[in-house]
Amino acid sequence: MNTEKNIKTLIVNKPLKLDCGKTIKDFPIAYETYGSLNSKKDNAILVFHALTGDQFVTGINPVTNKEGWWSYAVGPDKAIDTNKYFVICSNVIGGCMGSYGPSHKDPDQKIFGTNFPVITINDMVNAQYNLLDHFGIDKLFSITGGSMGGMQVLQFISNFPDKSKTVIPIATTSSHSAQNIAFNELGRQAITADSNWKDGNYTSKDTNPGKGLAVARMAAHITYLSKKGLQEKFGRKLQEREDLKFGFDADFQIESYLRYQGSVFVDRFDANSYLYITRAMDYFDLAKKFNGNLSEAFINTNAKFFIISFTSDWLYPTQENKDIVIALNSIGADVGFVEIESDKGHDSFLLDVPDFLSALKNFLDKSYEEN
Amino acid sequence: MKNEFQVIADLIEKDKKVLDVGCADGTLMKFLKDNKNIHIRGLEISKEKVQECIAKGLTVIEGNAEKDLKQFPNKSFDYVVLSQTLQAFLNPELVLDELLRVGKKAIVTIPNFGYWKVRFHLLFKGTMPITKTLPDEWYNTPNLHMCTIKDFFHFVKSKDIKIFKSLALNDLNSSIINESNLGVKNLFANLGIFLIEK
Repeated sequence: MNTEKNIKTLIVNKPLKLDCGKTIKDFPIAYETYGSLNSKKDNAILVFHALTGDQFVTGINPVTNKEGWWSYAVGPDKAIDTNKYFVICSNVIGGCMGSYGPSHKDPDQKIFGTNFPVITINDMVNAQYNLLDHFGIDKLFSITGGSMGGMQVLQFISNFPDKSKTVIPIATTSSHSAQNIAFNELGRQAITADSNWKDGNYTSKDTNPGKGLAVARMAAHITYLSKKGLQEKFGRKLQEREDLKFGFDADFQIESYLRYQGSVFVDRFDANSYLYITRAMDYFDLAKKFNGNLSEAFINTNAKFFIISFTSDWLYPTQENKDIVIALNSIGADVGFVEIESDKGHDSFLLDVPDFLSALKNFLDKSYEEN
Repeated sequence: MKNEFQVIADLIEKDKKVLDVGCADGTLMKFLKDNKNIHIRGLEISKEKVQECIAKGLTVIEGNAEKDLKQFPNKSFDYVVLSQTLQAFLNPELVLDELLRVGKKAIVTIPNFGYWKVRFHLLFKGTMPITKTLPDEWYNTPNLHMCTIKDFFHFVKSKDIKIFKSLALNDLNSSIINESNLGVKNLFANLGIFLIEK
């Protein structure tokens, strides 16, 4: 373990065969934990982060000095109560917060860039599984995450059916849709079209495709919000001006907001990681291995599922979450489902949505009581 | 817990797998889970009620029985319970078929439109009946297909559905309904409870 830049790292010595055919070994997984593991080791919750998340779930992220991405849900007395549970989260491989990724160096000490192997959601969870051994946890109490985190939840329980007692996929899908892939491709094209991208070798050439990455973030950010939410928050309000300026500055508040979102993202995220992680999401199709029968992915698990979607989420809409419920019901699995009313779009799971947070808390606490 | 739920619970043996369709706040589910070790699941359309069930630690799926029963495999539950909701569906016949497909047996309860107070209300007041089991006005009632115990009895017979037990309930007690006392029970019960199988 090293603690460079406040990042805890587990070096995985066991070779991991990736879906692309390559094998990696002696690679780092950066992780963070909250709360404490009890003596029975039955209170651990593995949280999986979404596309641009990292291991710093709650509290102040020591690298960005901002609030952790799931501060509303995780912490003392919160929905995922760290007074009670031991929360583990790790940066996905392919990421840029310390886990093995394209900004790392290859054995010849050259930065990988696009020579990093293409990774999948399956590879991500197989890598993270090593954390269970590291902490000596035989069975997790729960696994949860939203969006791409939810994909990892589904993949994890499919790969390791007896390794978690409860399973909470949130605002997610079992298979990336054409629309999902289309938006991700838009982001990737924005990055690779930036002349500073340099075929992925921007670090060694001392440049950064910040403009492309910012555009990718802006486009994606729109997909995380709902039309109604945007309209209510911004409408046609102008940005610090009395009238239109008849130019291409940010006249509207929404423009200014998106530009800001793009610019702060560039400071904390690596462009190549964005390519790799969006690719992993696009390749995600859990039923593919089972000839399209999603139920087969869960046939070996006795875990208790609780699936949550949001009314205004059009990126991973309720129906796609319900398809998972249907697949589980058709094999008699223990599955609960709720669609939460919210105007906040896909981002609802990250925000202060009381019905969501209380459902999450109640499900966890009641399930833990039954332990 | 209301008398109706006690009667339903008495019809179900211990350790069975039960689906409560339209489980509301989960009162019956909780009772069955705690007292009879039932593997209980619920289907409920109201988001608020779903939240109440989750707060009780019950497994519930938010959904609409008319659309969402089809996802459950044939005979995947020992019992499927439907309490006082059949009359509120657009197509009660379809829902009844689905209950009997998903459950080995079904327990269906219906508010009895043949109850004497209902008849008297319409006969003497000339307005749509409002009673304890039918509390809503004509313009805001969820009920679309009211029936009497006699209607339901004949209906299930005509569909070759086997009736294991049929009970008439009024405020005080429950009693067996059979072919010969059907007319009387149809007059004096405000609720009918049917244990059926196909």
